Amino acid sequence: MRAAALLALLLFAGPAVAQPRSGYWDAGPQVRAMQDDDTANPGFLWVEQGRAAWQAPPPGGKACAGCHGDIAAMRGVAARYPAADPASGAPVDLAGRINLCRAVNQSAPKLAREGAEMLALAAAIGVESRGLPQRIATDGPMASVIARGEALFRTRMGQLNLSCAQCHEARAGARLGGAVIPEGHANAYPEYRLEWQTIGSLARRIRACLTGVRAEPFAADAPEMLELEAWLALRGAGLPMETPGVRP
Amino acid sequence: MLALALSSAAAAQTMDVPLTAVPGEPVRGRAIVTTRPLGLCLLCHAGPFPDRHLHGSIAPDLAGVGARLTPGEIRMRLVDPAASNPESIMPSYRRAAGALRPGRAFQGKPILSDQAIEDVVAFLATLKEE
Ligand code: HEC
Ligand code: HEC
Ligand code: HEC
Repeated sequence: MRAAALLALLLFAGPAVAQPRSGYWDAGPQVRAMQDDDTANPGFLWVEQGRAAWQAPPPGGKACAGCHGDIAAMRGVAARYPAADPASGAPVDLAGRINLCRAVNQSAPKLAREGAEMLALAAAIGVESRGLPQRIATDGPMASVIARGEALFRTRMGQLNLSCAQCHEARAGARLGGAVIPEGHANAYPEYRLEWQTIGSLARRIRACLTGVRAEPFAADAPEMLELEAWLALRGAGLPMETPGVRP
Repeated sequence: MLALALSSAAAAQTMDVPLTAVPGEPVRGRAIVTTRPLGLCLLCHAGPFPDRHLHGSIAPDLAGVGARLTPGEIRMRLVDPAASNPESIMPSYRRAAGALRPGRAFQGKPILSDQAIEDVVAFLATLKEE
């Protein structure tokens, strides 16, 4: 990392900014090939379900498409979440934003964050941003959310007493047991993991890392979860969106 | 340079009195070190054990550690890794409290019992070959 930054400094004689590296590059050639081919990428099962859910009105309510039109209108949206909801000022991630529309605009019950319908809608909205750089707002209410997320990222937790940064910054590229430690970016979610045999949210991935260091995971709707998600999105700023990513 | 500085600091750190009256049992120690969910060692370390492709690469290879360190130094590494390196990522295997947000199943518990730590020390002391 430091060598790369130094090189950038020498080459451009401008401010040294380490380029984030997607976990795609640590996933191995077979997994990359799976992600690259939409017909082989299992995440597209959820994308297709999400596109169907987009069209389907809830009982007595309007379909997503009824207000938003074609889902292609969602291009760029996933790349700038978490973001503050303009109406309330409250920071939300994409799942939280979808549930706001469920509650406010569809008078329908909220979807479970890890449920199949939420993952499907998030995957279908996410794929519209594929290739666009991840770029979240850093002003307003997001500033303190991101700052708290960074502080958490650097806090040692759990019986193993390790921080996210100790693995994902200092030791990215090295091996933890049989797994290559990626930089830990957020740009490919919801993501199909071969280990899970299903698609999962960024929150699920973060919980897995917390459980790995034998820490008590944060609840799905805990503010800490959103804070970590926001910091991950910021430290990966500029990475092309890969939803639905595939990882080992 | 760094490795040199670390190992000379380490040499000053030793805990020569065993934690238990019953001497460590190397065969049990080997099982702890090589069974990932028990010892966790091979998440970070590599060593002279099967399945090297599943060993970690973020800590020194344990091969020859019994020649490099005395049993007292090895014990100290397990009990208080921060004594030789305050920035160490190796957890204390004996500390039972003090971690933030320990998982429910682990609250108030050390990673290994004193007897298990003695077993691991006894086993690592047998790893003489680099
Ligand atoms: C009754 C109309 C209506 C329905 C139905 C509706 N939405 Fe919305 N949605 C809106 C409005 C209005 C906004 C803009 C809110 C704002 O910016 O304050 C919005 C915003 C959004 C955003 C954020 C867009 C951005 O640019 O940040 C997403 C994502 C979204 N909706 C998804 C959905 C999904 C998924 C559904 C179906 C489950 C849905 N919406 C159903 C009206 C609706
Ligand atoms: C002990 C090292 C370690 C710690 C500490 C750790 N992780 Fe991870 N993390 C990993 C490994 C290893 C993987 C890849 C797992 C795999 O590929 O099987 C991973 C994967 C991830 C990913 C997925 C990246 C991708 O490309 O999809 C994210 C995001 C992540 N971690 C976030 C976190 C956060 C946030 C924390 C702190 C709460 C954390 N991790 C703590 C080792 C760690
Ligand atoms: C989270 C990663 C991690 C785990 C788990 C871990 N270690 Fe370590 N260990 C390290 C690191 C890193 C060092 C290098 C010195 C330092 O930074 O503390 C080290 C150093 C050592 C040393 C000194 C090695 C030398 O050559 O000087 C011994 C002995 C040791 N560990 C044994 C163990 C044993 C036995 C286990 C399992 C019971 C274990 N470690 C688990 C990371 C770890």
